[in-house]
Order: sequence, then structure tokens, then C-alpha cells
Amino acid sequence: MNDIVISTFSGAIRAGTPLLFATLGEILAERSGVLNLGLEGMMLMGAFTGFSISYITGNLWLAVLAAVLIGGLMASLHAFMSITLRINQVVSGLALVFLGQGLSGFWGNAYVGMQANSFQNLKIPLLGDIPYIGPVIFDRDVLVYIGYISVPVIWWFLYKTTAGMNLRAVGEAPDAADARGINVILTRYVYTIIGGFFSGLAGAYISLAYTPMWVQNMTAGRGWIAVALVIFAIWDPVIALIGAYAFGGISVLQFSFQILQVPIPVNIMNMFPYIFTVFVMLFASSNRIKKLFGAPTALGIPYSREEKT
Amino acid sequence: MSIFISSLISVLIALIFLGFIILSLGDDPFEAYWQLVSWAMGTVPGLIQSLVSMMPLLFTSLGVLIAFKMKLWNIGAEGQFQMGAFAATWGALYLFPNIHNPWVMIPLLMILGAAFGAFWGFLPGIMRAYLGVNEILSTLMLNYVAIYWVNYLTYGPWKGAGSYNFPITAKFPQSAILPQYGSGGLNFGIIISIIMAFFVLYLVKYTKFGFHLEIAGDNLRAGEYAGINVKKLIILAMVIGGAISGIGGMAEMSGVLFRLQPNFSPGYGYTAVIIAWLARLDPIATIVVSFFFGALLVGSQQLQLFMQIPSSLINAFNGILLFSLLASEVFMRYRIRVVRS
Repeated sequence: MNDIVISTFSGAIRAGTPLLFATLGEILAERSGVLNLGLEGMMLMGAFTGFSISYITGNLWLAVLAAVLIGGLMASLHAFMSITLRINQVVSGLALVFLGQGLSGFWGNAYVGMQANSFQNLKIPLLGDIPYIGPVIFDRDVLVYIGYISVPVIWWFLYKTTAGMNLRAVGEAPDAADARGINVILTRYVYTIIGGFFSGLAGAYISLAYTPMWVQNMTAGRGWIAVALVIFAIWDPVIALIGAYAFGGISVLQFSFQILQVPIPVNIMNMFPYIFTVFVMLFASSNRIKKLFGAPTALGIPYSREEKT
Repeated sequence: MSIFISSLISVLIALIFLGFIILSLGDDPFEAYWQLVSWAMGTVPGLIQSLVSMMPLLFTSLGVLIAFKMKLWNIGAEGQFQMGAFAATWGALYLFPNIHNPWVMIPLLMILGAAFGAFWGFLPGIMRAYLGVNEILSTLMLNYVAIYWVNYLTYGPWKGAGSYNFPITAKFPQSAILPQYGSGGLNFGIIISIIMAFFVLYLVKYTKFGFHLEIAGDNLRAGEYAGINVKKLIILAMVIGGAISGIGGMAEMSGVLFRLQPNFSPGYGYTAVIIAWLARLDPIATIVVSFFFGALLVGSQQLQLFMQIPSSLINAFNGILLFSLLASEVFMRYRIRVVRS
């Protein structure tokens, strides 16, 4: 029984980590006013790139770096389309998903069934020996630890630094930010691309740690779940952490259920994360709540100095 | 006319980029394109296959088109299509085992498919209308649910006798199969899909509903001032679109596959988004573009077979094409601006 509890909670953290990375990145992008729905595509490219570089070079950190960069590269395409050309961000994000699915499937075809270096668990001394908490939280791989650290860092950055304040200003009131001498266009570019970095990292986690292999479309909608999690988290990194691990927990529930022999078919349990996402959206995205807690006011609206309404 | 030319240029640009991607695997893009076109559009069996692939694409494109008219991002055609296929299978194999007359059976299955597709559109519609739930996310999530639902049934309770261990249902009875022409797969469903395109044309061009879609698409708030019940319109657009995609799922079952299995759709409902966009939301242009994408799908399967080029190439093409379409719109906007000043 203890084993099941530990494996469920540690599974929740493992499954939640890619969601956490993608959600954190999208929080930054959306805070600057850019809606990037292309997470799924960027994650897939990150997963494929990470896996292939690990396969070719055997160097895990090089693989992660490549995945991060490819995520940023794809995000910069979205940034160009939505910030400079000012086209519909929804459609551009969708195009990014198609592109990521297509390219990763196309180039990744040669890597199906291959094996590559992957991240192993790294137990933290002392902390890792605490009963229950140790094996769940402190006996994970390095990327999970990076996830833990990212949350307070981003929180601190958003709320306690000038740069973070400028970022929020650009997303809330781009006109005012511009008047105060903040470069709106540059800020949006930077955070959209940083968002891409995180999505690339999220993808790398899936193919290099969570399920160390390459399978076409292996992100299985996690990018979209992350988009929903941003709303659930009301654009706050700490709530994002809770949400991501909760969702991770739901998606690994099936393994625990199998061990406990709960008579629910696997394919029905596979629906849970998606159904749960819809339910979360039901509560989190009502316009009243959005107004109450504040989505970035300029979210999804291209900025132009000449065109004032 | 300039819209047509800009679409054509977008396709050309996408093909050029795609050529480089094909080149990246060390294959000759010209040979690949030749293979693609020569089989899918240059031979009779290839043309027939392209028409057969056009059908599900046309249904789902028409399904999303209606919502797109009012700038409602219905990405749920895939799920609605799968629910339609599920419903048709349910009817053909389990609900109406005693109906042996195709004149009764086929309309019943069509209604069933439409109803379940509509229901799968109604859910995100009502959530969007009354709670402001983002329809992109809800329709996408419901796609996954529908796909797992089909998986569940075909791996579990509906696994056909004699299918060994393959997750596949029993074959449809003869009464549930649409008229077939020849052995290449030509079936009556293709004709229904084209009739459907004209029905949608009528709907969006000549009815009050279509007029309201147009106004709401231009400006949601203006629509409200003009006395349009926008909530009702959202739900209606999602329900009608879902029903059309659902009929598509039914037609794919009764006309082409005759049995339900997992992954029976190579993502028709997602390609539909690109088709509707490329056709500039014109139902008649959608017929032509759907055929083009049907041929592309058939051709890409040929490429996989003969040149070992992975067929996910078509997804990459879709992404690049959507980007170049979007960019071309910007440049068209600029040109208009220059003329004006």
C-alpha cells in the first residue's frame, strides 16, 4: 500500500513536470500580451530534437539545450507573425501546432523504436531519506528539480523585479508602458521566445526522462492541457505548480488503479485528464472569474503605435 | 480574383518550403511531387481514391466553416466526426438489428450520426455561450475524449467476433452500407458530401442564420446591438457544424470502412481547419480544396509506400501553408492600404 501511495505521488510529479514547464512559459508569454496556442507543436519539436540529439551525441545536456532552442525558434516564428505582422494569434498558434506535429513526425520517423541516453534519478542526500516525502519529492531526476526551482524564481521575477513589473505592464496596458519608455515590441518578443524555451524543455522532459523514447505525437495533448492550466492558474506560477502536479496525478491514476485492480477500462481512464480539463475550464474561465482575478488585459491584442482605438 | 491568386501563391510558397524539408531527408523533392501528383491525379484508381478521401475532408471542413464564419474556433470536427462514426456503428450493429431495408436503415444512421456529432458540438457551444469557456480548448479536449471512446469500444465491448485480437468491430450489415459504384471505393457518400456543400452555401448565403453569422463574425458587439441573440447563434453554429461532421463520420463508416476501428481517421478534422481557411470559408471552393487535400493525402500514402517518405509530411505542409496564407493576408492588406493613400 505504501508503495502505491509513493508511486502515485511521485508519478504525479513526473507527469506534472512537463505540464509545469509549458505552463510557466506560457504564463510569461501571456503576461506580455501574446497568446501562443502552439505549445503542443513546440513541445513535440522539443521532444523530438532532445531525443535525436541525445541519440546522436549521447550528451543529455546538449540534447536539452537543443530542445530549448528549437522551442524558442518556433516561438520566434509565432512572435514574428503575431507581433510584427499582427495576424490572428489564434490561427498562428494553430499553425505552429500543425508544423510541430508534421516536422517532428517527419524527421522523427527514423528514431521510432530507438534507444537514447535518458535522465536518471538523483537522490538528494538527507532530504531524500525523509519517509514518504523523500522518495516522492527528493529522489527524482535533475529536470524535476529545475521545475521546483523555476517556480519561486519566476514568481520573484514577476512580482519583485523591475523587469517583471515592466513585463506585466506590457500585458496590462501597452500604451502606458510605451509612454513610460518600455519597448513593448521587444518585451513581447523576448517573453514569447522564453515561453518557447520552456515548451522545448517540457518536450525534452517527455522524451528524455518521462518516457525515454520517441513516438509520433507523444505529447498527446499536454500542450493544450497546459494552455488550460494557465487559465486555471490565473497566470500565477505558484498556482501553476499545484495545477500541473494535480493534473499529473490524474494522468497517472490509471497505473495505480491497475495495481489496485479497480475495474475501470484503461481507455476510459485515459479520458480523465481531458474531461478534467473541461471541468476546470468550466469553473476557471467564466468571464466573472476572469474579470475578478484579471487575465492580462491586452492578451491577444497586437500592439501598434499608430492604431489607437 | 486576387484572393484566388494569393491563395495560389501561398500554396506555391508552402510547396517550396516543403521541398527543402523533403530534401533534408536526402530525397528528391521534384521526384516526390511528381510521384504525388502522377498517381493521385493522373490515374483513374488514384483519382477515385482522391475522391474517396475528399469525402470526410469535405464534411468536416463544412462543419468547421459555419463556426469560423462567426470567428468561433471550432477545432472539434475530429471528435464530432468520430462520434458520428461511433453512432452509425452503434445503430448498424446494435440498435437496429432487425431493420433489413436500407431505405429505412441509412436515414436512421444518418440521423444518429448527425445527432451525436451535434451533441459533441453542443457541449463546447453551450459552455462558450454561457460560461465563456474557450471553445478551442474545449473542442480539442472533447476530440481526445471521442478518440478514447472509440478505442474503448473497439478494444472492449464492441470487438467483433472473429477479429482475432484486432480491435475492430464486426462488419456492417448490407442494409447499412451506402450504394457502391465499382470496386474502387466510389460510393454514394461522396454525392451526399457535395450536396451538403450546396446546402451549407444556401445556409450561409441565403438564410437569416447565415446573415447573422456574417454580422457576428464582423463584430460580436455590433451583432448584439442589432438584436441578434449571440448566445443562441454560437450554440446553433456549433450544433449544425457538429451535425455535418457527424454525418461525415457516418458516411465514412457506411460508405468506405464498414467497421469501426481505432485511428480510422488520419486527422481529417484537423486538416479541415486548413481547408476551410484556404477556401476562404466559401462552401463551393471548399469542394475543390477538399479534393486537392484528398489527393495530397492519397499521394502522401504513395510516397510512404514507394519512397519511404513519412506521411506526416502532410501535417508539416498544413502548418507551413497556414503560415503562408496568414502572411499573404497581411501583404494583401498592405497593398490595399497603399492604393488607398
